[in-house]
Amino acid sequence: MSTHREKLRLADVHAFYGESHILHGIDLHLSQGELVTLLGRNGAGRSTTLRAIMNMVGRRTGSITVNGTETIDMPAHRIAHLGLGFCPEERGIFSSLNVLENLMLPPTVRSDGMSVEELFEMFPNLYERRFSQGTRLSGGEQQMLALARILRTGANILLLDEITEGLAPVIVQKLGDVLIALKERGLTILLVEQNFRFAAPIADRHYVMEHGHVVEEVQAHELAEKESLLNTYLGV
Amino acid sequence: MTFLGINLFGLFGQLLVGLINGSFYALLSLGLAIIFGLLKIINFAQGAMYMLGAFFAWMALSYFGMNYWVALVVVPLVVGFIGILMERFLVRPIAHEDHLYSLLLTFGVALMLQGIFTHVYGSSGLAYAIPEELKGGTRLPFMYLPNYRAWIIVASLVVCGLTWWLVEKTKLGAYLRAGTENPQLMQAFGINVPLIVTLTFGFGVALAGFAGVMAAPVYSVSPEMGSNLLIVVFAIVVIGGMGSIGGAILTGLAMGVIEGLTKYLYPEASTTVIFLVMVIVLLLKPSGLFGKEA
Repeated sequence: MSTHREKLRLADVHAFYGESHILHGIDLHLSQGELVTLLGRNGAGRSTTLRAIMNMVGRRTGSITVNGTETIDMPAHRIAHLGLGFCPEERGIFSSLNVLENLMLPPTVRSDGMSVEELFEMFPNLYERRFSQGTRLSGGEQQMLALARILRTGANILLLDEITEGLAPVIVQKLGDVLIALKERGLTILLVEQNFRFAAPIADRHYVMEHGHVVEEVQAHELAEKESLLNTYLGV
Repeated sequence: MTFLGINLFGLFGQLLVGLINGSFYALLSLGLAIIFGLLKIINFAQGAMYMLGAFFAWMALSYFGMNYWVALVVVPLVVGFIGILMERFLVRPIAHEDHLYSLLLTFGVALMLQGIFTHVYGSSGLAYAIPEELKGGTRLPFMYLPNYRAWIIVASLVVCGLTWWLVEKTKLGAYLRAGTENPQLMQAFGINVPLIVTLTFGFGVALAGFAGVMAAPVYSVSPEMGSNLLIVVFAIVVIGGMGSIGGAILTGLAMGVIEGLTKYLYPEASTTVIFLVMVIVLLLKPSGLFGKEA
């Protein structure tokens, strides 16, 4: 497989919640094995971009191709089967399911997903607590469960929304290691991240969003020279 | 036979009637609870579906000579299919509206079905013979137990137990529980939630159809049989807690028994005792005995 194969492309994507026009013509693309972040302030439209890719917004227009397939008119439940795994900001752990049931819930979308044994090896806490109610886990454990859940399905494009939010530094470090390991496996990752210091060393590229537009694209090697520009956009 | 001044024949007789009624309460409130859990709508047509079950059993026997045992399998499937059509073509188009609309819609469907059957068959009620295999009874030391009544209790317990297992212990049930919590995320995982909703509605309605077939030989088959029962069943769902599967089953049986006991101790209160319990539960634990706190 070529390393430059395009996995995901958004062209002129607009998204709406009812009357609210949230995304105003987003263009972005990811090649296989890339880890790309969406940076921006709260409300810039980063989470909505991920939700638009999953068809979880009220209405969306434009073009979204996943693994080469146009999905703009596809019903929501068919999109994951193109190889997408979505980890929502609120983590989406089901309280009426135990940890194991949560882990096994999403259907397999491709054949080469990680096995349950591999995942328990990667996240030993989940194994110990596999029969606990999903929402009784700590925040960090819930985040690991939300991640493990989509890794089991074999999804090779991951959309991760604020996975480090509110977690202890040691857990954030662990998640960083996991992302690097996934990237080495050839997975393509689109990461919405507030914690720039977490994202900067592991990402290949960054898109900066503001008011529902992509306003800047920054390569990893340009970070130093564009630092002041980023500071203006991110208000850090 | 008396013991400490208690007429045991009378007491056990009423307890048995209570258990029978409780079996029907359990089946009907279970169907309501499953549908409410996933669709968040209250299916007012559940009573009419129970009535359809009884009528279809009667019609199958009278017109096609289909015996009770075959009807017990075929009729719930037919009623369930009607439920699937109802969800697909009536409930789904208004699913995005306020749930009051679907409540009114299902109430309207119930009234129409009841009206049609009253028009065709009259309101006096039809008789359905107890199947040959279950005629007769067993004389126990303290009571006479008709075989068919014992069968009702066993069969409804088995069906309720299987349903509980299906919802709480299987992968399909995990989809159902997760869909109850966050249908949108389920879709994003690649699960066809609309299909699950349709099948769930069909299954909940089929449970009512099953109860209807079971009821045909013991209650008279009449257009009003469903609406009479449904009000009590709603009270039971409120007592048990909306959306709790195990709660619906246990509360259904328990309320039947409480009703039976009241019939023995103070018959005048037997028709109101369940509503009294409902009021007390609502005051003390508004989410119901088995409901999750909101």
